[in-house]
Amino acid sequence: MTDATQSGPMLAADGTPLKKSLARSLRRRKLRALALISPLLLFVLLSFVIPIVSMLFRSVENGIVSQTIPLTVVELQNWDAEGGELPNEAVYAAFTKDMLAAIEAKQHTRLGSRLNYEKTGMSSMFRRSGRQIKKLDPEADAPFKDKLIEIHDGWGDVDTWRTIKTHAVPITNGYFLNAVDMRRTPEGAQAQPDDKKILIKLFGRTLMMSLIITGSCVLLAYPISYLLANLPMRISNLLMILVLLPFWTSLLVRTSAWKVMLQQQGVINETLVWLGLVADDARLVIINNQFGTIIAMTHILLPFMILPMYSVMQTIPPTYTRAAKSMGATNWTTFWRIYFPQSIPGIGAGSILVFILAIGYYITPEIVGGTKGVFISNRIAYHISSSLNWGLAAALGTILLVVVLVLYWAYDKIVGIDNVKLG
Amino acid sequence: MNRAAKDRTGEPSWYMSNDAAFVEFQRVQKSYDGEILVVKDLNLSMPKGEFLTMLGPSGSGKTTCLMMLAGFETATHGEIMLDGRPINNIPPHKRGIGMVFQNYALFPHMTVAENLAFPLEVRNIGKDAREEKVKRALDMVQMGAFGSRRPAQLSGGQQQRIALARALVFEPELVLMDEPLGALDKQLREHMQFEITRLAHELGITTVYVTHDQTEALTMSDRVAVFDDGRIQQLAPPDLLYEEPENSFVAQFIGENNTLEGVVKSIDGDSCVVALDDGSEIDAMPVNVKAAGERTKVSIRPERVEFNKDRLHADAHTLKATVKEFIYMGDVFRFRLSVAGNDDFIIKTRNAPDAVRLSPGQEVEIGWLAKDCRALDA
Ligand SMILES: Nc1ncnc2c1ncn2[C@@H]1O[C@H](COP(=O)(O)OP(=O)(O)OP(=O)(O)O)[C@@H](O)[C@H]1O
Ligand SMILES: [Mg+2]
Repeated sequence: MTDATQSGPMLAADGTPLKKSLARSLRRRKLRALALISPLLLFVLLSFVIPIVSMLFRSVENGIVSQTIPLTVVELQNWDAEGGELPNEAVYAAFTKDMLAAIEAKQHTRLGSRLNYEKTGMSSMFRRSGRQIKKLDPEADAPFKDKLIEIHDGWGDVDTWRTIKTHAVPITNGYFLNAVDMRRTPEGAQAQPDDKKILIKLFGRTLMMSLIITGSCVLLAYPISYLLANLPMRISNLLMILVLLPFWTSLLVRTSAWKVMLQQQGVINETLVWLGLVADDARLVIINNQFGTIIAMTHILLPFMILPMYSVMQTIPPTYTRAAKSMGATNWTTFWRIYFPQSIPGIGAGSILVFILAIGYYITPEIVGGTKGVFISNRIAYHISSSLNWGLAAALGTILLVVVLVLYWAYDKIVGIDNVKLG
Repeated sequence: MNRAAKDRTGEPSWYMSNDAAFVEFQRVQKSYDGEILVVKDLNLSMPKGEFLTMLGPSGSGKTTCLMMLAGFETATHGEIMLDGRPINNIPPHKRGIGMVFQNYALFPHMTVAENLAFPLEVRNIGKDAREEKVKRALDMVQMGAFGSRRPAQLSGGQQQRIALARALVFEPELVLMDEPLGALDKQLREHMQFEITRLAHELGITTVYVTHDQTEALTMSDRVAVFDDGRIQQLAPPDLLYEEPENSFVAQFIGENNTLEGVVKSIDGDSCVVALDDGSEIDAMPVNVKAAGERTKVSIRPERVEFNKDRLHADAHTLKATVKEFIYMGDVFRFRLSVAGNDDFIIKTRNAPDAVRLSPGQEVEIGWLAKDCRALDA
C-alpha cells in the first residue's frame, strides 16, 4: 500500500531495480531445477517428443512420388491436367525411364500402394505393369505411349496422370484433407463423395461419446468419492480396495466380461427375460453399439475419476461443514455452497483425465462397440495396421492431438487449470 | 455478586440446576474410542449472558466439550441442555450458536466478505442489511479494508479476527470460541479481549471461551472452569479462583504459587498447623484436609508472604529462609528463597518507597496469615 505512493521503481538493498534482482534470483533457482530434471527431460524427449514430432511430420510428408519418378514429375509440369487430353510422349518416355530405375530398386510397388490411397486400382496397376515394363529398353523401344497403354489400359486414362500430378508435391495437405472427408484434386480441395464421408462423423461421435462417458463417470464417482473421504478409515479402506480391484484385472478381461454381461444371450438379457420384464423375442440390444461402449468404458475409466476426486475431498476438513452448519446452513446449503465448490478441482482433474483417456481409447470400443460404437482411434489403428496408410493415420492422430489441446486450453480459460488438483 | 451462592465443584452443580440455566451439562461423559474417557463427569450450568472460560492444559477436553455443546459430537453419557432442550434434539443449523474454531475454518473459496455474509444469507437477510452488517463486523475487528481478499491471503492473526467477526455477525445468543486470540500479538490481543467482552456484555451474548492463557481467562470471564483430566477441577469467578483454589492442581495452574509439603498436626476450626517435612511448623487454613495426620500440600501466593514480623500475629509460626536471588522487575521486587528444603520459594513485594531490598545470602524470617495459606490435597 505504501509502495503506491513511492515514485519510480522499487530498489533492492544494493541499488539495482527490485524487479531485476528478483528475476536474477529466480533464474538461478530455475537453472538448478532444470539440472535436476534433465535426465527425465532427456527421456521424455527421446521417447515422447521425438515420436510425436515424427508423427506430425509423417502427416504431411509425401516425398515418395517425386523421389520414385522424378523425371515424370518434371515432365508433368508442362501437361495441362484440366484439358482432358493424355500427356504427350515425353511424359511416357520419362515415366518408362523412372519405372525401370524404380523396378531395379523394387520401389515401384510402394509407389503403387501410395497412389492406391488416392485412386483404387493403382496398386495392382503398378505391380502388373512392372513385370512388362522391365522388359522394355529405354533407347530401342521408343516411343512408349502406345506400348504402355497396351501393357495396362490404365496408362491411357487421363485420371491416372491427374492423380500422379496432384500428389507429386513433396509436402502435401492431402492426408489432412482426407482426414476431414475432403480430397486433393487438380482443381483444389473438394469434398469426398458422400459414401466416403465417415471420418468427420467419427470424430463427432468420439467427442460426443467421450463427453457422455466423462459425464456418467462424474455422476457415479462423486458419491463414491464422498463416501471414501468421509467414512471411517476401516470401511473406506475396504471400499478403496473395491475401487482399485479393476485395476488389478486385465483390461481385456474386464471388457470381455462386459461382452458376457451385455450380449443378447448374456446375463442381463437372460435375467430380464426370466423375470418376464422383456419378451424372449425382443431381447435388448445393448452391445456392439454405442450403448455398450459407453457402459463398458464408464466402468473401466471410473477409477481415474474416483482417485483424483477422493484425494481432493480428503483434504476438505470437516470443520468447514461444521462451521457452515453452526452458522445456520441446512445440510443441502452446506453441501452446495461449502463442500461442492471445494471439491470442484477434483471433478476437473478427473474429468480431464477421463476425457483425454476416453477420446483416445481403442481396445474397449473395438471389442464391444460393433460398427456403430467405434471411435476415431479404431480408424487410426485400422490405417496403421491394415490399410498401411500411415500418412492418414498420422493426420488423424494429429487432429486428435489438436482437439485435445484446444479443449485443454478452453478448460484453462473457463475453469482455470490451476484449479485442478490431484491431491 | 453473592459468591457463596456460586456453585463449586465439590457438589455437582446439576443438583442446583434451575430453569433459568441457559446452557447445562448434566453428568456428561465422552469417549472417542470406547477405551479412554476424554471427558469424565462434567457438570456445568450457565445462566444467560454469562461469559465462561474453559481453561486447562492441552488435551484436557476443552475442544471436545465445545463440540458436544455445538452438537457436532454426541455425549457418550449424560445430557446437554440448551435453553431447556436437549441439544441433540435441535439440529445444528437451528441452534443459533456462533462458533470460532481453533483452526479458524474460514471458507477458502470465498472472499472475506462472502465468508461473513454466509450466515446472513442462509438466514435470508436482505442484501442491503447484509452488507451493512458485514461492514460493521469487519470494522469491529479492524479489517474493513480486507473484505475482498481470500482467507489464504491473510496472516494467521487476520484470519482469526475474521473468524471472530463471522461468529458474531449474525448476533447469535450463544457464542463458542476456541482459542480465538491465540495467534495475535499482545497489543491486538488486548484490544480484542476488550472488544469481545464489551460485545458479549452489550449484546447479552452467552459466551463459552476456551483459552490456554490464564491472564486472558482471569481478565475476561465472569467465571472460569479449570479443566484437567477430563474434569472441571474448579469453577469459580476469577478472584475466587486465584485466592481460594480448591485443590493443588488449580493452585499450581493459576498464577504463581509456592508449594510446601507436610502433615497436618492439628486442626482448630478455620486454621490448622502443618508440620513440614523438615520438622518446622506453619499456620494454614484447612481446605481439603479433615483430620490431623493427613498429608497435605500447602499453597501460598508469593505476594502474601511477609518478612516484616510486625505485620504478623504475635503467636504466628515463622520459617527461616535464605535469600538466593533478587530480581528487579520494575513495579515489583521478586525474591527467590530457600525455605524448608524448597529452593524455589518466591516472594514478591511492591516497589513502594519503604520497600525492603533483601540481598542474596541474607537470612530472614518469613510468615503469613493462616487464611492466606491453604492446606490442599497431597
Ligand atoms: N476426533 C477424535 N478422535 C479421537 N480422539 C480425539 C478426537 N478429538 C480429540 N481427541 C482426544 O481427546 C482428548 C481431548 O482433546 P481436545 O481436543 O478436547 O483437547 P483440548 O483441551 O481442546 O486441547 P488443546 O488445548 O490442545 O486444544 C485428546 O487426548 C485428544 O487426543
Ligand atoms: Mg482444543
